[in-house]
Amino acid sequence: MNIIISNSSSVPIYEQIKQAIKTAILSGELKEDENLPSVRNLANDLRISFLTVKKAYDELEEEGYIKTIQGKGSFVAPKNIELMKEERRREIEKHVEEIIKIAKIYNINKSEIDDIFNYIASEEDFDIN
Amino acid sequence: MENNIEIKNVSKKYDKFELKNISFNVPKGVIVGLIGENGAGKTTTIKSILNIINFKGDIKIFGKDNKKYEKTIKQDIGVVLDDSFLSDYLDAKGIGKVMQSFYKNWNEKKYLEYLQKFNLPSNKMVKDFSSGMKMKLKIAAAISHSPKLLILDEPTSGLDPVVRNEILDIFREYMLEDEERSILMSTHITTDLEHISDYIVFINKGNIVFDMPTMDLLDNYGIAKCDEKNFEKINKDDYIKYRKEKYQYELLINNRKKFKSKYENVNIDKASIEDIMLLNIKGEK
Repeated sequence: MNIIISNSSSVPIYEQIKQAIKTAILSGELKEDENLPSVRNLANDLRISFLTVKKAYDELEEEGYIKTIQGKGSFVAPKNIELMKEERRREIEKHVEEIIKIAKIYNINKSEIDDIFNYIASEEDFDIN
Repeated sequence: MENNIEIKNVSKKYDKFELKNISFNVPKGVIVGLIGENGAGKTTTIKSILNIINFKGDIKIFGKDNKKYEKTIKQDIGVVLDDSFLSDYLDAKGIGKVMQSFYKNWNEKKYLEYLQKFNLPSNKMVKDFSSGMKMKLKIAAAISHSPKLLILDEPTSGLDPVVRNEILDIFREYMLEDEERSILMSTHITTDLEHISDYIVFINKGNIVFDMPTMDLLDNYGIAKCDEKNFEKINKDDYIKYRKEKYQYELLINNRKKFKSKYENVNIDKASIEDIMLLNIKGEK
């Protein structure tokens, strides 16, 4: 797993760690029940305060991505299919919102957007059921 | 007991300087950075903790009064002070012998391992050491009895970035060995703290300005820059301090996100600990 932290980004560091771990879980790179590095070790390796890593882990646990067992460490939680569907959907929604925002600025109506979507979908062979 | 150090209402009066009723804790398992200008009260605080100077108030270390239990407490503390305690005319081995006579838990084998790890010659006189080597030797001498608490006054000042990083790595390793350990270090090289400290205590003119997680400082604080016209539109409650520069106004903000959404056309950057310290000292309100 790669965790790349940018100090100049306006995204808080705990959020960057959260995103990196989430991505690794959603992409399947981190498997169910796989052991995550301990808070101390990860903080040490990233050269940041352990409180930052702790905050990232706490929030990941709250959101159901990982579970922590006292004395044993943190693990990737059993896959919650609904949660993951939600998360992926939300990601796509974000992009769609962006499209609508731009369309409004340029005065492009919905049927035109539908056309563009259908055109690109056929070009890309996008037809997943 | 959650704290390795508890400082409560500590005061110390000198002719021209006063430490005014300060309180803060050093919890177990954390690194606390003590920052402030020269003469702000950092060293006075550290000397009070070590009971080297007389002070008013209460200090507890490992839950025990630091005056009453000074002798037992000190067996579990490692100390590096600014003014060198190392004799120039001893070699590292000789220094080890001196330390051995102080500490019951002195571990000669560990000490020699540290010397090797830090690339320090054991039979060269200390006066021939570089300042980086001297500091590493001081640290080796301070941690070879496996103290629960490490107290350091300016451990990285005057050292080049490479040596400073090596020293920070030594501290990280020290902390990883036992989760109940703590480090209290004073420094004016605040960039070091951004990568190592869990909490920052900022002292100015003998008062504590803030005591908070480094994470919160770096994630929430910001420096906004704008012209006079925009500055006048900004609500006083939305910044901590401001400074009028030749071509711009600089504002210290403690909630970047909120500020950004409220004042969309004002530029805002992350604040370094140095920015936060400077604007707090030099800024107005």
